[in-house]
Amino acid sequence: MRVAVVRFPGSNCDADTLRALQRAGADTYYVWHRRDDLQGADAVVIPGGFAYGDYLRAGAIARFSPVMAVVQRFAATGGPVLGICNGFQILCEAGMLPGALVTNAGLRFLSHPVTVRVEAVDTPCTSAYEPGATLTLPIAHGQGRYVAPDDVLRELEAEGRVVLRYMGDNPNGSMNAIAGIANRQRNVVGMMPHPERAASAEVGESAGRGVFASLTRTSPVFGGGVR
Amino acid sequence: MPRASLLDPQGQAVDHALTALGFEGHANVRVGRALTLQLELAGADAAGAEEAVRRMCERLLANPVTEDFTISLREAP
Repeated sequence: MRVAVVRFPGSNCDADTLRALQRAGADTYYVWHRRDDLQGADAVVIPGGFAYGDYLRAGAIARFSPVMAVVQRFAATGGPVLGICNGFQILCEAGMLPGALVTNAGLRFLSHPVTVRVEAVDTPCTSAYEPGATLTLPIAHGQGRYVAPDDVLRELEAEGRVVLRYMGDNPNGSMNAIAGIANRQRNVVGMMPHPERAASAEVGESAGRGVFASLTRTSPVFGGGVR
Repeated sequence: MPRASLLDPQGQAVDHALTALGFEGHANVRVGRALTLQLELAGADAAGAEEAVRRMCERLLANPVTEDFTISLREAP
């Protein structure tokens, strides 16, 4: 299982993401954002950080990097793509996921653990979890409030495409307490929490491991994930 | 500007700060952003310039999910 971790100028969760994937048994490597090939990837992760310094809007400039054109083609053929935090913002800006992530309702940058529920396990990023599992995962974002038009929200809910939902406190004011979503084909997933920061015993949290276990068990074209 | 249908917490914070300073009569404070750019388009008239900027807004400068935009043109000094 070859998993590409895309690096932009300003990515800062790339090393943690690579390590979490290695621990899950993936053959994983970095792909610089100026490249226009994915070097035989079976899955792609866009890690967290502040690509292009979040200038203009988070993800607005990164989406035009050459690598994003090949990531879009990869996703269009069913390839699994995960965007974490800034990666989620980039996927929304690129139109690969609906909606947008805007400034937290409380205006503060938030960096603390949250409780989320796994609402959908039929995605390449959550197939290792039990349906309805509750996870403690860290968030670290200033622009994490998920917003979308009403018809998009209804569609996400009706099609079971809300992948993660905040439980209890809604930290950033996201509509429907959405913490993560999937595209219609379910092979592209974005999430604001950082599973890579909760994937090793050394830091005391391991709830995020399932994300990387899911990704590494997925067949190259999503559909072969086994729980 | 943030779309009217979206909560604008920055606008609310500024609204409250104005009230705290004793200002009156303000309502519906919204915080957006303004970009200025200088155009040098060979042969373009005002309509052509506006169309060029509109394309920039739609492609990059504004996010249609969260922002509305307006364009105003003036002669460069």
